[in-house]
Amino acid sequence: MQLLAEQRGGLLIVRALDSRIDAAVAIQFKEQMRDLVRAAPPRVMLDLSGVTFLDSSGLGAVVAVMKLLGPDHRLELSGLTPTVEKVFRLTRMDTIFTIHRSVPGDLHDAV
Amino acid sequence: MPSDAGQGQVHLALKSTPLAVRHALSGLFRDDRLGGLKAHQRSTAELLLAEVLNNVVEHAYANITGDIEVSVAHCGRSLMFRVVDCGAELPGHVLPPGHLADFGQHSDLPEGGFGWHMIRALAKDVEYRRQDGCNQLSFRLDLA
Repeated sequence: MQLLAEQRGGLLIVRALDSRIDAAVAIQFKEQMRDLVRAAPPRVMLDLSGVTFLDSSGLGAVVAVMKLLGPDHRLELSGLTPTVEKVFRLTRMDTIFTIHRSVPGDLHDAV
Repeated sequence: MPSDAGQGQVHLALKSTPLAVRHALSGLFRDDRLGGLKAHQRSTAELLLAEVLNNVVEHAYANITGDIEVSVAHCGRSLMFRVVDCGAELPGHVLPPGHLADFGQHSDLPEGGFGWHMIRALAKDVEYRRQDGCNQLSFRLDLA
C-alpha cells in the first residue's frame, strides 16, 4: 500500500497510489494512515482519485482513520471514482464525510 | 429474455485468502469473460462478489485456509452467482439482516457490518443452504 502525503499549511493531503483498498490491504492502509496523521494539521484530505476499487474492509479502514483522528481533526475525501462513490452511497457514509471532487492545487502534477 | 442476451459462464476455485480473492476478482471481471458486460456492471458485480468472498474468508474460514468454489453465469440481463465453501456454518443457518447501525456521533460510527448491507442492497434472491458440511450461497445481480 503506497500513500503519498503532502502538507500545505493547515491541510494534509494524502493520496492513495494503489488502485485497490480491499481486504488484502485494509489493515496496512489503516496503520500507514495512523503514522501519517500522527502530527497532522486540523484538516486531512484523503485523495482517492486513483482508487478504482474499495470494498467494505477498505471502507471500514477509512472510517477507522476518521475516528482515530478524533474530534479536533477532520478527515475529508476527494476524487471518488464511480465504484468507490457507490460504496459510500450504499452505506450512507457519503452523509458522514465531506467529499470533494478533487484536491485543491496540483498534487497530481507533482507525482 | 432479449435475443442479444450476453452469455457466458465461469467456474473458478480459490483458496480463502484476501490475496486469492483479489486475484480471482481481477481474473473474473477485468476481462470480458462473462460476455457483453459494461464497465459499471462489471464493477458492481465485482463489488458484490468481493463482499461475499470476504465473508467466507473472514468468517467461514476464520482460523483456517480452505477452498472456495465460485460459479457465475450471465443469463440475459442477470448474473447468477453460486459460492460454495466448506467452512463454519452461518450461525442459526440464517442470513444476517444487513442493517446498518444507526450513527449519530462520529465516535459511534461502525467500522464493520457494511458487507452484508451491500450484499442485501445489490443482490436479489439471496439463498443460503447448508449441505453435506458445506455452505452454498446463491444470488442474482440484475444488470442495470
